[in-house]
Formats: sequence, structure tokens, C-alpha cells
Amino acid sequence: MSAERERREILIATIADLLDGIRHVAVGASSPIPAAGAMLLRARNELRGKPPVRISILGSRAHSFFTNGGIELFDCAAQGRVDAFFLGGGQIDGEGNINLVGTGDYPASQVRWPGSFGSAYLYHLVPRVILFREEHSPRVFVPKVDFVSARAMTPEVPRRGGPHALLTNMALFDFDREAGGFALRSVHPPFTPADIRENTGFAYQEPDVVRETPRPDAATLALLRGRIFDELAETYPAFARTMKQAA
Amino acid sequence: MTEIVTLESLAARVTPGQSLAIPVDGSGVAMTATAALLEAGVRDLKLICVPISGLQADLLIGAGAVASLETSAVSLGEAGAAPRFTAGIKSRAFTMRDSTCPAIYAGLLAAQKGVPFMPIAGIIGSDLLNVRSDWQVIDSPIGEARKVVVVPAISPDVALFHAPEADRDGNVRIGRHRELADLAYASKRTLVTVERIIDRNLLDGEDSAAGVLPSLYVDTIAVAERGAWPLALWDEYPADEAEIARYAAMARSEDGFRAYLSAFLTHRRQVA
Repeated sequence: MSAERERREILIATIADLLDGIRHVAVGASSPIPAAGAMLLRARNELRGKPPVRISILGSRAHSFFTNGGIELFDCAAQGRVDAFFLGGGQIDGEGNINLVGTGDYPASQVRWPGSFGSAYLYHLVPRVILFREEHSPRVFVPKVDFVSARAMTPEVPRRGGPHALLTNMALFDFDREAGGFALRSVHPPFTPADIRENTGFAYQEPDVVRETPRPDAATLALLRGRIFDELAETYPAFARTMKQAA
Repeated sequence: MTEIVTLESLAARVTPGQSLAIPVDGSGVAMTATAALLEAGVRDLKLICVPISGLQADLLIGAGAVASLETSAVSLGEAGAAPRFTAGIKSRAFTMRDSTCPAIYAGLLAAQKGVPFMPIAGIIGSDLLNVRSDWQVIDSPIGEARKVVVVPAISPDVALFHAPEADRDGNVRIGRHRELADLAYASKRTLVTVERIIDRNLLDGEDSAAGVLPSLYVDTIAVAERGAWPLALWDEYPADEAEIARYAAMARSEDGFRAYLSAFLTHRRQVA
């Protein structure tokens, strides 16, 4: 269990780093790790005297300031007031397209996932979309998705939004909007660049020397295991409980 | 005028073949009324989830009450995938109309404003445009020359939700859950279950009035205590996590689902 906790803590700390500099981050449904990352950034900025961070966690009472109903997040994004958001995918391809619908022929998919949520819209409108998918395998990271819930690049229309990075259980990639693909930034210990090659079904840029993803420092861990998991418990009680029990 | 009736009478207002709009889990889901609908044998529903659903949609699908489903997702959240939705997709048990959250709100907004469609940002490049023949990409007729997606108005026959309280005039407190107003504005009829009816008029006083859905938009109200259970109702009560997890496990099989449904309906009769 403690290995599992460490794995999650690296992800949460990496997310906080990826969000650095933003003013407002929104977090969608069923996303405890991104929510914890956003909370970590907020707490850290507070402690370091850096500009405050607004967080909107869907489904939370305490960590959302919206008063205009479910539409407000989407209106807010259209107005350019949401700097960062998280999207996942049952499949994600090398061009950054995501599939939240299913595999095989639509509509009677072989495997059916919940659905596209707000992805088709938010991918166009939120500048820093972090793709987050824990499972790192060739069945997730495919050459071409079976169904495009949301497309990463659409030169035919102006857009401010799109993928910024891809974070998995094994590695962190940057998305290069000029080249239209991913570049490996770092690999989480104990994995190696060869593990990433073996488990990624799409082509990506790999630097000559691949860094290791840094482990969170002691101060970050203390903050996480105290304040952050307490804050998280309101929206994600089961997840927060597991993390607290392991600590 | 808004009528205040028994739960059974409220459930009888939903007839087979109607389109039924429901809110997202935690917003105020009328679960007890859903049990009453199933007991009354509702079927062939055109279910519209605003903008997603979980347990409520999965129960209606599993019970065979849904003919078509318009939603941006069906998921049980922390409890995992919605088993009857997933099984129903495989067996083509209903017509699936995949959407994306803001497109559902945009469709409701068109109905609210009495116009046939609403333009909406984004979406271009998504395969949703290939499977939703009722959505179109047009050249914007006004302003910057660019493509824009338009979606048709969504005007549900019935909206159904649960809220903490209504007053005797039929005004319903929705607090900051404005999506419940969006549902009601767009729908032909709105049915609301509440924890309680209060004597004070909710429109008296600036503090409460802004968080009220006036009775003009509310057709029928019934009392259902703990009417969102096992889902959460705002600050009134949290979700019953263990019950939802139990559902998620049982509904993996058709037999397990039948057993759960039977107990769920019995539970309603016992607390009624």
C-alpha cells in the first residue's frame, strides 16, 4: 500500500508543478488526484506568498465558488476565465485526441466508457489542458483513437485551448502544439525510457537523456498528508480515507 | 397553480413515451420518485440527463424503462462504471444520443429563449458531430467569419428533481443549483419532490428569493423525505457511499440488478 501511496503522491506533486502560474483551475468529475494537485498548488502558493489560486472542483460545495449552476464552468471557460483543466481518456492517441466513448464500432461499442463529458468543448477553450491517465499501456496510448470525443488540434477554427502535458503512472510528456505530438519529459522511478517505449502505442519524441520525475520533498509530503487530504475528503471521501490510512 | 399531491399522484404525471429530463447526481435527484415511477410501470422514456447521470439513469435503464438516452456520460462516480448503462449499450437496449455537457445546456437554453437552436463554442473536430445528425456546423452569419456548431433546442416533456423545501404557494428553494431552474424553464412540465413544505413564503425577503424557482415554473410537488437517497442532497445529507457501492456490485449481473431493484422498491413502500 505504501508503494501505491508514493506513486499517487508523485502524481499529485507533478500536477501541482504543471499548474504553476495559473490563476484558476477547474477539476471535473471523478478526479481525486487532479483535485489534490490543484489543492496542493493553492496551499503552496499561500505558504510561499505567491498569487492566490482559485479552484473549482465539480461536485464540491467547499471548493467551488460557482453560483450560476452547471453551465457556469462552461461559460467561464468560454470567457477565458479557466486557465487549466484535466481530461482523461479510455484511449489517447499520438496527436493528443481523446476517446471517452468506447472501442470498436459506434454505437454498440466492444468496451463502452461513460461518455464525452465536457471534453469536446473544453479542449478548445482551456489553454492548459493536462491529460491525466494512470494506466500506461498500449491499449490506452494508441496510434489512432476509435472515437474522437475531443480533437487536440483543429486548424480550421481559431482556438486557445488544447493539450499541455500528458501524465501517466509511468511518465510525463509535454505536448508540442507546433509539431502536433508528445515529447517525453521525465520517467517516474523505477521505470526506464525502455519501459515507456514498450508501453506506448504511439510515436513520440524522446530526448537523448531522459530525466527522472522528481519525488516530492518532505515539506510537500507533510502538506499533502495533512491539509490536502483533509480538504479532499469532502469531495472524495473514499480516496482521502485510503491515502490517510496509508500515511 | 402548482398542485401539491401524493408521491404516487406525482409519479402518475409521467406517461409512457415522454421525454424526461433529470439533473446530475448531487444536484437534487428525485430517487424516491424514480422508485414510484418504476412501480407505476413507466416505460419508453426518452431520458435526457442534464448533463450527465449516474444511479438514477442506470436504474431506469436496468428496469427497461428507457427507449432513448441523451447524455454526456453515465457513471457512478467513485463507485465506478454504471453497469446497466454499459450492458444496455452492448445489447442495443435503447437509442444512444451521445452529447457533451455544454451542448445539453445550450439546447435547454434555446428552449428557454424560444428559439430553434443555439450556437456553441468548441466541439469542431469531435466525432460527436458525425453521430449527432441533428447538430450542424455553420458559417457564422454574424461577426467574425468562422465555423460554429449549432445544436437544436431541447424541450423536455417533463423535468423531475428533488429539493429541500417548497412553500405552500409552490415556490421551490433551489439555492445555488441554478441548473434546476434551467431544467424547469425549458421543460413543458416540472415535477418536484421535496423534503418538506414550509409555511413561510420563500419569495418574502431578498435573501431567500434569489435562490427560489417561482411556482410559475413548477407544476406538481410531492413530499418525499430523504427523497434523494442514496444520493446526496446539498447540505441536507451526504451520499450513502456504502449503498451506492452495493448497487455497483449487484448490478453487474442482470439477476443481481433485479434483486437490488426489488429491494429498492420495497424500501420506498416501507418508508412511505
